[in-house]
Amino acid sequence: MVYISYIITMSQPTVPTLDFEKELIELEARIDQIRKLAKENGVDVSEQLAELEARATDLRRDFFANLTPPQVLQLARNPKRPSTLDYIQVLCDDWTELHGDRLFGDDLALVGGLARLGDHPVVILGHQKGRDTKDNIARNFGMPQPEGYRKALRLMEHANHFGFPIIALIDTPGANAGLEAEERGQGEAIARNLQRMFAFDVPIICAVIGEGGSGGALAIGVGDRVLMLEYAVYSVVAPDSCSVILWRDKKHIEQAASALKITARDLKQLGIIDEIVPEPAGGAHCEPQTAAASLKNALIRNLEELLKLSGTERREQRYKKFRAMAAFNG
Amino acid sequence: MTLLEWFKDRRKNASMSKEQRHREIADGLWTKCAECGALHYTKDFQRYLLVCPACSFHEKVSAPERIAQLVDPDSWIPTDDHLLANDPLSFVDVKSYKDRLSQARAKTGMNDAILTGLGTLEGQPLALGVMDFRFLGGSMGSVVGERITRLVERATAERRPVILVCASGGARMQEGMLSLMQMARTSAALQYHREAHQLFISVLSNPTTGGVTASFAMLGDLIFAEPKATIAFAGRRVIEQTLRQKLPEGFQTSEFLLKHGFVDRIVEREQLRPTLSRVLRLHRPVGVPSPLSPATRL
Repeated sequence: MVYISYIITMSQPTVPTLDFEKELIELEARIDQIRKLAKENGVDVSEQLAELEARATDLRRDFFANLTPPQVLQLARNPKRPSTLDYIQVLCDDWTELHGDRLFGDDLALVGGLARLGDHPVVILGHQKGRDTKDNIARNFGMPQPEGYRKALRLMEHANHFGFPIIALIDTPGANAGLEAEERGQGEAIARNLQRMFAFDVPIICAVIGEGGSGGALAIGVGDRVLMLEYAVYSVVAPDSCSVILWRDKKHIEQAASALKITARDLKQLGIIDEIVPEPAGGAHCEPQTAAASLKNALIRNLEELLKLSGTERREQRYKKFRAMAAFNG
Repeated sequence: MTLLEWFKDRRKNASMSKEQRHREIADGLWTKCAECGALHYTKDFQRYLLVCPACSFHEKVSAPERIAQLVDPDSWIPTDDHLLANDPLSFVDVKSYKDRLSQARAKTGMNDAILTGLGTLEGQPLALGVMDFRFLGGSMGSVVGERITRLVERATAERRPVILVCASGGARMQEGMLSLMQMARTSAALQYHREAHQLFISVLSNPTTGGVTASFAMLGDLIFAEPKATIAFAGRRVIEQTLRQKLPEGFQTSEFLLKHGFVDRIVEREQLRPTLSRVLRLHRPVGVPSPLSPATRL
């Protein structure tokens, strides 16, 4: 019942409303106005209009090609951005959600199950943010408890046991920080996932679709391939917290966002991610179907490449890939 | 001596001894317990392994001191001490990362927040890594991750048990995502160590938090913790701020983790070396001499 609302959102593109887009929206509104006026007065301005519209399109493309890290952060956190369940509806057939960690409970902030991606049966899982306030409370804003990570591990063990590839979609502000999380071993749950993900010989593809928040993101982020949507972010610490810790105030979020190198482009350069998945101009929420098609294409292409390797080769390459992620002299 | 004179004298002496005491603390002759305030001769305090004899508070131990406490004299061979952090993001907050690094190096005499090496403990070979909280809060960047990964890989190949003594504020933010990836790399190396049926013991000291707790610290086949150490995933202040809820006394201590089933034992510092030695000995296969003993090494 929950995901019916997600399908509806997927088919209804939303108008972007971020601060930095206002200029563009105003220009587009003016074009509309001119068109209306021309029509009412019977004046032919189609040539001028076409020119203006072309300019607006260019402007939009340029604008989104040169977003600053704080702007990308805003886009990545946009509550209208498609979530894991939104993508699963479009990416997969035969989606069968599975629940629970067999130890404590079922965490709605991390969902997963069986599905078919193209011709391939897979285990697909991911962090799940809420669509509205009520949903967000149920899903804890996409911040899993230890049982969420243990559910993910159980599903991944299932995948490895039956030979299903693992697809993990990352979208969380971070692992839940709280009394119960500490009591039930949040640190242990994340650590165990990191270790076990190097033991599996089935293909693992991870995709950061929105917010990649620190250890809570990495806990399902050890992949043979790590993809990242164009306007997603992935960070060791939320820029907000980084500002408080290093600058000792909340005013330096923008500096922190830039300094931490959290965008897909920066992380590709640092060798942290393997591929940037293009999004429609304006962001995935403007044309969710296009974004999902783009992601599906990248997932299937990478999966088919990985399926050509043996399990041992995949494990070795995964180890080597992460082995290289360090910067030092000597 | 009149009573008045006696009082004057006493006051003079008191003020003198206060100054003197001040000087002696500054000289490092005396050490004050951070918990109960009791003063101890530094030399005594070191003999007590930096544990307050009055209240048994376990003071933080530097990496060189910890190594001296654990391994057999003259057995220590440092590994990878030449690795240096290189500021991959050119990170600047109120201070540049480069400046923070050079200050930490000057303060500690260490190249980064960990020392790694090979040695023996009561004659038993091991690979040991010890974190040092004085170096940028024991934070884990590329160098810490690389040194642990290399240490574990070497230990797996040489069939040595690994002991890591943790003391860390978590990931080193100034290295961005590269620091987060050290959680994955160290865990990866430990997975292969585990598959080779080699032992890994994690020792948690005050404080062990963040990305270190969420990786190798919690992956020990055996996990020992020093008494009353802070061991946490998220910091207490972070939780109090987000939950607006007062946290219970003793939350996120070694004792709290023991109660909730996340550490094997709480081991007082005095007992750490004998406990590790006993456990290492128990894990040595019966009748099989250590692979590193001269007889089999060739």
